[in-house]
Amino acid sequence: MTPTQPTLDDKTSDASMSRRNFLRGAAAFGGLTALAASLAPLRQLEDFSSSEQFLQKYYKELTPDDMTKVISRIEREVQKEYGIRPHVRDLKPMDGVEFVYCLNLTRCIGCRKCVHACVNENNQSRNPEIQYIRVLKMPHGSMDVEKGDHTYEAKSVPEKGFFYMPVQCQQCQNPPCVKVCPVNATWQEKDGITVIDYDWCIGCRYCEAACPYWARRFNFTKPEIPKERLNPNMAYLGNRPRKQGVMEKCHFCIQRTRAGKYPACLEVCPVGARKFGNILDPESEVSYIMREKRVFIQLKEEMGTSPRFFYYFDK
Amino acid sequence: MITAARNYMIFIRRCTRIAFVGDWRYYAWMGLLTVISLLGLNAYAKQLVHGLIVTGMSDEVSWGVYIANFTFLVGVAAAAVMMVIPVYIYDNEELHDLVIFGELLAVAAIIMCLAFVTVDLGRPDRFWHLIPGIGQLNFPRSMLSWDVIVLNGYLLLNVHICGYLLYCRYQNRKPGKWFYIPFVFTAIIWAVSIHTVTAFLYVGLGGRPFWNASIVGPRFLASAFTAGPAIIILALQIIRHFTNYRITDKALLTLRSIVQVSMIINVFLLVCEVFKEFYSGTTHGVSARYLFVGLHGYHALVPWIWTAITLNLVAMVILVLPVSRSLRWLDVACVLSIVGIWIEKGMGLVIPGFIPTPLGAIVEYVPSLNETLVCLGIWAFGLLCYTIFLRMSVPILQGRIAKSNEGQPEIQGDEPAATPLPDPLPH
Repeated sequence: MTPTQPTLDDKTSDASMSRRNFLRGAAAFGGLTALAASLAPLRQLEDFSSSEQFLQKYYKELTPDDMTKVISRIEREVQKEYGIRPHVRDLKPMDGVEFVYCLNLTRCIGCRKCVHACVNENNQSRNPEIQYIRVLKMPHGSMDVEKGDHTYEAKSVPEKGFFYMPVQCQQCQNPPCVKVCPVNATWQEKDGITVIDYDWCIGCRYCEAACPYWARRFNFTKPEIPKERLNPNMAYLGNRPRKQGVMEKCHFCIQRTRAGKYPACLEVCPVGARKFGNILDPESEVSYIMREKRVFIQLKEEMGTSPRFFYYFDK
Repeated sequence: MITAARNYMIFIRRCTRIAFVGDWRYYAWMGLLTVISLLGLNAYAKQLVHGLIVTGMSDEVSWGVYIANFTFLVGVAAAAVMMVIPVYIYDNEELHDLVIFGELLAVAAIIMCLAFVTVDLGRPDRFWHLIPGIGQLNFPRSMLSWDVIVLNGYLLLNVHICGYLLYCRYQNRKPGKWFYIPFVFTAIIWAVSIHTVTAFLYVGLGGRPFWNASIVGPRFLASAFTAGPAIIILALQIIRHFTNYRITDKALLTLRSIVQVSMIINVFLLVCEVFKEFYSGTTHGVSARYLFVGLHGYHALVPWIWTAITLNLVAMVILVLPVSRSLRWLDVACVLSIVGIWIEKGMGLVIPGFIPTPLGAIVEYVPSLNETLVCLGIWAFGLLCYTIFLRMSVPILQGRIAKSNEGQPEIQGDEPAATPLPDPLPH
């Protein structure tokens, strides 16, 4: 079907055309104004990438030169924001080392000192507070986490009839979080620690959904750390301050353990419930525990994740 | 070559032009959708500044309505094939000219899907990390990387098929079989794959027993093939009402039988799932208990899921009864199934997977106002796209925008509607 030719005389047609054009112009102008207005909040955007950050390469593709530049960028940024010059290192896994954590459930009294030591050591956001360790208050006789109390408040611990089970990243040998990450932003290093490249994570939170131990945490907003609480001893894959919109989790205090120290949660434990070391070294404390203790529990063993975090009992 | 490019540019220019003209109802509708889209954009701008904290999500419930809507819309997109299969495999003539409307719906749905995943990202500025070659796509290990590939591939396939068929119609020449038939058949398989892969996103997580069930995949397909054609039934009637484009009742009733069968299968699979979760009484059924009856005094989702089940059951009864041969009842059944499945696939599937957490804590989830505005904005934007696609394709299919009438006065918005094509003679 062909459209009919306009039959209106020229004058009317011109007038109606110009009116129509005027209306279209007005609509286009109004539309653009509305678009600009709706984007107005973006003026407050400050935490987003500088071009240097935006184009930064994947951790495993950084040459030593690149890494030096990246580290100096991070040090600059931290100094600008917190007024403290940090010492950021890219610590590599050591040869012949595989870390294992053992936790003595007989000893743990549920004081949560480890929770707070971890926050202080690892520069987690204080507002909202992000914690890597969750302590469950469990009724005697059960390892079923469904029965655990996450929010217990007590005048003094331990309470009769309960035991306490701290849960943090289990550093699985077969980690579901690594498998699901669409951009390889999280991976297992050869010393057994599963790490995150905070500059590569896209924040899809698939790993958080995949983790059977609820060990991963997301920066739902810009992390807030009081200047005087910042720990300046930092590692690239460890406790350097994170950005808004990325994942983080326990990394066995990489900035300490790869430099020969114990994790912060272990050092603070008042009852010696936490043991950490190199399972490949037969003389290490963890090797001794694995040889001598009768029962270990890998949490949710049926998941096939094969944690490097073992719970055991004394008696 | 240059002439071909020039012709194509004219085609594009005329299509673009027609998207901006229409009668007052068209302007009102598009104006409304634009306003809602901009409100959504504004809400998203706020989210970019302050982070996902402006949503109702938390470390406990780390996916919410964004992913829920995404899941539902993947189904809608996949269901476009339910029109393609009868046409290309069973040579159903009634649906032949309507396939394109289904595929355009798929395109709009995929655009919405991609928007929903993007707004869910904590760092959308790093989207390029997903691009193979310059980024690090974890393929084939991560199901999300599969999803990135199948969704974008499906978008390209459908854009190609629709664009090619429409351009051929514009030039009034017969489409070259090799230029689209192989793509159509690929798209059929691909459509099943987008929904299967999306189901596998959930199914593959051993730590979430509620999702880690093989029935999730089949249920996804059944619900998609119910809600998708139901939306198409409604869309076709709207097209018929506003454009005089010839769409027969028989075509709508063909789609009815698809919705009918899919709904029965969907309800059956629901029964299978509910039985397994409740009768066995294992602790793995705890999320299902939270969803259907509440857990330790928490029951935010209970009214939602029972609404969904009621809607689905009523829709199924209407669809099975002969009354749904009348369009009014069919429309009621379609609306009920769309809403029912939206709740069930969205809030009913995504949220309970997170409750309780793998460590047994119960934290409930309610979408925030900002999050809701973003969702409404994306829906409005998707409808805006679909309306524009229809506004372009209907006059082309009717021959009112064609190569033969290039240079002649263009359609204005307020001209009387085209007279309907005569109904074909009865066979």
